Amino acid sequence: MNRIDNLFQNKKQDILSIYFPAGYPNLNDTVSNLELLQKNGVDMVEIGIPFSDPLADGSAIQAASKQALDNGMTLSLLFEQLSSVRKTVSIPLLLMGYWNTIYRYGVDLFLQDCQKVGIDGLIIPDLPLEEFEEHYKSDFHKYGIYNVLLACPETDEARFKNLANASQGFLYLVSSSATTGGSLKTSEKQKDYFNRIKMIETPSLIGFGIANRNNFEYACQFANGAIVGTAFIKALEKNQAQEFIKDLI
Amino acid sequence: MNYQIDNKGFYGKFGGAYIPELLRKNVDELQAVYLDILESEDFKNEYARLLDNYVGRPTPLTFAKNLSSKYQTQIYLKREDLNHTGAHKINNTIGQILLAKHLGKKRIIAETGAGQHGVATATVCALFGLECVVHMGALDVKRQAPNVARMKMLGATVIPATSGNQTLKDATNEAIRDWIANPHSFYLIGSVVGPHPYPDIVSRLQSIISEEIRVQLEKEQNTPNPDYVIACVGGGSNAAGAFYHFLDEKAVKLVAVEAAGKGIDSSETAATITIGTTGFIHGSKTLLMQDDDGQIIEPYSISAGLDYPGVGPIHAHLAETGRVNYISATDDEALNAAKTLALNEGIIPALESAHALAALDKMQFKKNDVVVVIVSGRGDKDMETYITHL
Ligand SMILES: Cc1ncc(COP(=O)(O)O)c(C=O)c1O
Repeated sequence: MNRIDNLFQNKKQDILSIYFPAGYPNLNDTVSNLELLQKNGVDMVEIGIPFSDPLADGSAIQAASKQALDNGMTLSLLFEQLSSVRKTVSIPLLLMGYWNTIYRYGVDLFLQDCQKVGIDGLIIPDLPLEEFEEHYKSDFHKYGIYNVLLACPETDEARFKNLANASQGFLYLVSSSATTGGSLKTSEKQKDYFNRIKMIETPSLIGFGIANRNNFEYACQFANGAIVGTAFIKALEKNQAQEFIKDLI
Repeated sequence: MNYQIDNKGFYGKFGGAYIPELLRKNVDELQAVYLDILESEDFKNEYARLLDNYVGRPTPLTFAKNLSSKYQTQIYLKREDLNHTGAHKINNTIGQILLAKHLGKKRIIAETGAGQHGVATATVCALFGLECVVHMGALDVKRQAPNVARMKMLGATVIPATSGNQTLKDATNEAIRDWIANPHSFYLIGSVVGPHPYPDIVSRLQSIISEEIRVQLEKEQNTPNPDYVIACVGGGSNAAGAFYHFLDEKAVKLVAVEAAGKGIDSSETAATITIGTTGFIHGSKTLLMQDDDGQIIEPYSISAGLDYPGVGPIHAHLAETGRVNYISATDDEALNAAKTLALNEGIIPALESAHALAALDKMQFKKNDVVVVIVSGRGDKDMETYITHL
């Protein structure tokens, strides 16, 4: 069974997923970051594939991606770093990246390498659902890699249902109309949006702007858990990753 | 061969809308309505009226007597430099502001490189009383200071983009991020780039250039078709508009000139078609300058308007099908061509347009050939560069 399904079957609430870019803050920190996160009770990790032009990201993730690239991070190096990660890390691992880097690497080779190192799913914000279904769905299936889709407040009902049905593993609910790194602004309208989750069977996590324990608990009232990116990167920067996770859960 | 967009938003294998879900609703909405609006009588009438009495169209097709004898052929200049605000960019902004008005949008976002699109956007926003936010690379803010001042005088807010190389690519990233955060705004894109339907919208709006050339040449030469049309390519909007009504006229040879910067092998270049590979940038599948790892390479050109690592998907398709011949001109060649035009014809072109003029030195023409070169803009904004280099 895919580790993501396994997680959501065994844990229905307060799932914590962390995002950080590969090769950050230092080139060879990728695996030690993963081990630290698992040890401190994090349920799942999204490893960012650094990209020069991350359109959906705010300034903190842009800067971290740039630092990772300056450190010398590449996709081939990432697969090398992850080659024996499954000896020490058993929580679900996803890669999050922009379509250009994956396309350039070669989609089939990329999926094959994901399978080889034990990646469970992918989050590719700029690969449209229609393109995925038409051209890549069967390849993802062949290698057992899940494609996790995003929904956002502007998504209308009908598309929300489509995305929920098509998303594999869970649905990623973007908290607000913003790039990553904003702050969570709660509103009645947002509650209505979050409450749509109750009408679908796909598990869900809320992300973008989840920065502290308060935000995390708020998000968990609606979804099965939440995803923390920017705030964790800031903690990594200050060498306070462990304290940050402990404060969160 | 079909050179136009198909019903899924692709030119051959290029184009599409590779955008985050956050932009989906906006892009879907635009895809659903843009053709109906652009083809409605209301739109056409108002667009034509504004081009006529506000922009000052049709722009002249000037027979360049002295250049013609220098190159031993018949050279005509399509004078987009004489448009209000000084470049072809306003053909597009007038059309898109009408679209935005139809959609009831109140806040307009734009990116700009040389500042020409920013000025053209600020202008139409002032005209229609809409809020205008222009993202511009911090480096371009410095090298195009007069245009920054113009945008501000026109009431626009100019936000310097401080990421990356701080040029057009980064300004476009910031404009798209702004749109993500402000989904009720209208993104008024400046070239034939971005997700479908933008490349088609901008091509159609700029097609006025070739529409007029055909009418004007008919009068001058008794045929609407020249032997050559030559235009510069940054994102590719003036070229797309100049080629539009000639794409199916096999006899018309189409030449597009990219910015080679310091040379296509120098690693300081913006010649996307020449050295680019297939990838995804700003929501569209196209040719772009990238490394083996899929990271986008920072472009370089002396001309801020051509300093872009991608190119409109229509051009990727026209290059792949061989319909258009893509060549490039270096900084120095463009500077020389600008000087030649100024001395021979009394016209100071924009640095971007000077790249198109530089093609004249690289090509062989017959005496009877009719050659149309697009002067996409005037050189006022580039005086500082000209002063330092000439
Ligand atoms: C005068 C002029 N020509 C050409 C360009 C390049 O744009 P495009 O390739 O879209 O025509 C610009 C862009 O700023 C410009 O200002």
